[in-house]
Amino acid sequence: MPDNDLSSALQTALQTAQRKQTPLNLAGGGSKAFYGRLRSGQTLDINAHRGVVNYAPEELVITVRSGTPLARIEALLADRQQMLPFEPPHFGTTASIGGTIACGLSGPARPYRGAVRDHLLGCRIINGKGEQLKFGGEVMKNVAGYDVSRLMVGAQGTLGLLLEVSIKVLPMPKQNLTLCLEQNEDEALQTFSRLANQPLPLSAASHYQGVSYLRLSGSEAGVAAASAAIGGEELDNAAHFWQQECEQKHDFYANQEQPLWRLSLPPASAPLALPEQYLSWGGAQRWLRGDHDAALLRQLAQQHGGHAELFRGDSREADNLPPLKPGLFKLHQQVKHAFDPQGILNPGRLYQKI
Amino acid sequence: MSQLESTAQPLSDAERARFLTALGAILAGESLLHDAEELRPYECDGLSAYRTLPLAVALPATLEQLQATLKICHQMQIPVVARGAGTGLSGGALPHSEGLLLSLAKFNQILEIDQANLSARVQPGVRNLAISEAVAHLDLYYAPDPSSQIACSIGGNVAENSGGVHCLKYGLTLHNVMEVNIVTIEGELITLGGASLDSPGYDLLAAIVGSEGLLGIIVEVRVKLIPKPATIQVLLAAFNQLNDAGSAVAAIIAAGIIPAGLELMDKLSLQAAEDFVHAGYPTDAAAILLCELDGAEAEVGQQVEEVRQLLQMHGANEVRLARDEQERQQFWKGRKAAFPAVGRLAPDYYCMDGTIPRSRLSEVLEKMAQLSEQYQLPVANVFHAGDGNLHPLILYDANNDGELEKAEQFGGDILELCVAVGGTITGEHGVGIEKINQMCVQFNNLELLQFHALKAAFDPSGLLNPGKAVPTLHRCAEFGAMHVHHGELPFPDLPRF
Repeated sequence: MPDNDLSSALQTALQTAQRKQTPLNLAGGGSKAFYGRLRSGQTLDINAHRGVVNYAPEELVITVRSGTPLARIEALLADRQQMLPFEPPHFGTTASIGGTIACGLSGPARPYRGAVRDHLLGCRIINGKGEQLKFGGEVMKNVAGYDVSRLMVGAQGTLGLLLEVSIKVLPMPKQNLTLCLEQNEDEALQTFSRLANQPLPLSAASHYQGVSYLRLSGSEAGVAAASAAIGGEELDNAAHFWQQECEQKHDFYANQEQPLWRLSLPPASAPLALPEQYLSWGGAQRWLRGDHDAALLRQLAQQHGGHAELFRGDSREADNLPPLKPGLFKLHQQVKHAFDPQGILNPGRLYQKI
Repeated sequence: MSQLESTAQPLSDAERARFLTALGAILAGESLLHDAEELRPYECDGLSAYRTLPLAVALPATLEQLQATLKICHQMQIPVVARGAGTGLSGGALPHSEGLLLSLAKFNQILEIDQANLSARVQPGVRNLAISEAVAHLDLYYAPDPSSQIACSIGGNVAENSGGVHCLKYGLTLHNVMEVNIVTIEGELITLGGASLDSPGYDLLAAIVGSEGLLGIIVEVRVKLIPKPATIQVLLAAFNQLNDAGSAVAAIIAAGIIPAGLELMDKLSLQAAEDFVHAGYPTDAAAILLCELDGAEAEVGQQVEEVRQLLQMHGANEVRLARDEQERQQFWKGRKAAFPAVGRLAPDYYCMDGTIPRSRLSEVLEKMAQLSEQYQLPVANVFHAGDGNLHPLILYDANNDGELEKAEQFGGDILELCVAVGGTITGEHGVGIEKINQMCVQFNNLELLQFHALKAAFDPSGLLNPGKAVPTLHRCAEFGAMHVHHGELPFPDLPRF
């Protein structure tokens, strides 16, 4: 598909929808359509709004239109030995950068290199009133005005249609190496916490079926020194392993019919008394398959200072995110109203009542 | 000088008395100040050219007192300005003449250090450096290090999204804060973010960081802690041409190296710093570059050699590696003392805070030299070169008639120049009252209205820090009328983005 700037057409579509009070379903590549609550409204396809607006490797920044395929951006960066630091999952070949930002999902490197929101520098959006607005920019430090750009991350298109995003990129590490340690879950969590407390070039840490996987990334000398200090056995074909984890292709995730729960916890939280889990993010993410009592899971996560989310599942009528406290929920409604007073942007996608 | 818009009617004597009585019922004697004499220390923050006495100063000691204080202000429609340590450089904590100044000074406890999860829960009045000191025995620290870190408080850091010299590698306050508790103007306690790496719903934590006290009062912060690097090395490079220093910076980044700090000083500032603290800087250089590398010993050793070669390739005529910790501190001492050092060159100086794409550095410096000539005011430059954050220091003498206004106008021109090359009017000091007019250059009316709508979502009555950070459209219309000469925008020759 050729590059296209559809900003004006998209703005016209939003203005019309606003006038007619037509709820819209903002659609990118569709790779994350499984995520969030059920879609509703008239589909507005953003997929063809694509192209690289600016890429300045020596400034560590890239600006792209939202429909640009994620794979294309990653390939462009790789040509210059750079990368998206948050290692986003694609969940399909059609993944676009707009959907990636809107869903706010980060991959295995998240605890060590930061999340999607940490690297978004600016964006151009259309709000629910059909107004084209620009916030932030292409520079690393910018405190002029409220940080509206980052508010868009994870909002699943309910606050604005993303037109363009500027993202901070980083140099690719010169060396990556993954170590395997045979450990039970308790030992793994203790190892993750102990290593995170040391100045080591860790870039991913997971645990599944009695093995801890520790990825080191950096200069050759730095990685070699850290690897010697940690010990364990080197994993062959490690890049494939982490890609499989990122894309949820490991055996653990094989049965896509089953609901998939994601527990986001302080990383050192003790092992949970639950069936088999896949631990990632150095213990800060615990994945769980199967039918579970939502209330019980949420309570358990909350006891540990985190939350539980139904990541994949069929009961998408209910909220898949945990309920917010009344004061915080009211604030959410007011923020939604500030950007989309008539509620035409992806209504009900994030929460039933937002 | 820009004036604050008064959004509140002056109180009658009776209303004032009623307000003070209501507060007096909550706050003990020394926690409520209202005599002019007692109010004096609160009349300004770090931007001392602007001074206003507030109606009263409240220093609550507990969350309950603070919530009750805000409820009274909300009920009586009294503006509230929050104040941390008062070191801010943009007038964000400048009092409102008809409002309450709310000091968070008594919220000064470190509540919890969680080594296993690498975080600490602190009250907003805790000093930035005190956090790192409290976890030093665990070989951990809190990364953002604004130059005022001895004095500035974490609450103020969150309100301003403060930076420092290590931002390029370790991020701003935004990247190092996990959770913030705020109290709304209605007195309601709300938690944003959490102890895990993400939270359900909107990223309202991102909205509160850098919101300059306009959205809520910050009453508790959970910060991220990181392990101290095993090795730190600093290189000092001297250049005959300032532009060469600029290309060296680009070359280092292009080589895939992210230094912990990368600072550039021009001739005027490096000479002033040398005279002041004798850091050992080569005073005949046109510019010096300080490059700090940290990490594992083996990694840093390799990078030092790479960077040394790059510096030499790009015209450095001298490259020195700090031999030990003492010399490393010495190198930094000059940089950290740059503001006061430049301050010795003239009775007053005015510090700007624009950010530009690094590739436009030489163009911006050239234009700045022209402006300096035009305004007949010298300017010294200190530059967080890695992330493009420029701190021009304009030298002037406030005792000379009209010179402050001239300095402010010069400063305004510099900020507009930053916007014109694709940068921003403030990288880390905040808008406050100081740069409120330039916000009209950075954002159009629809964008400003979106900011006001977001503000209203948090503070519908508009009582939190009114008149700061985001200008009214009315103000911009007036500023525009004053500012557009002969129907032309400033720097008409520069392409707009």
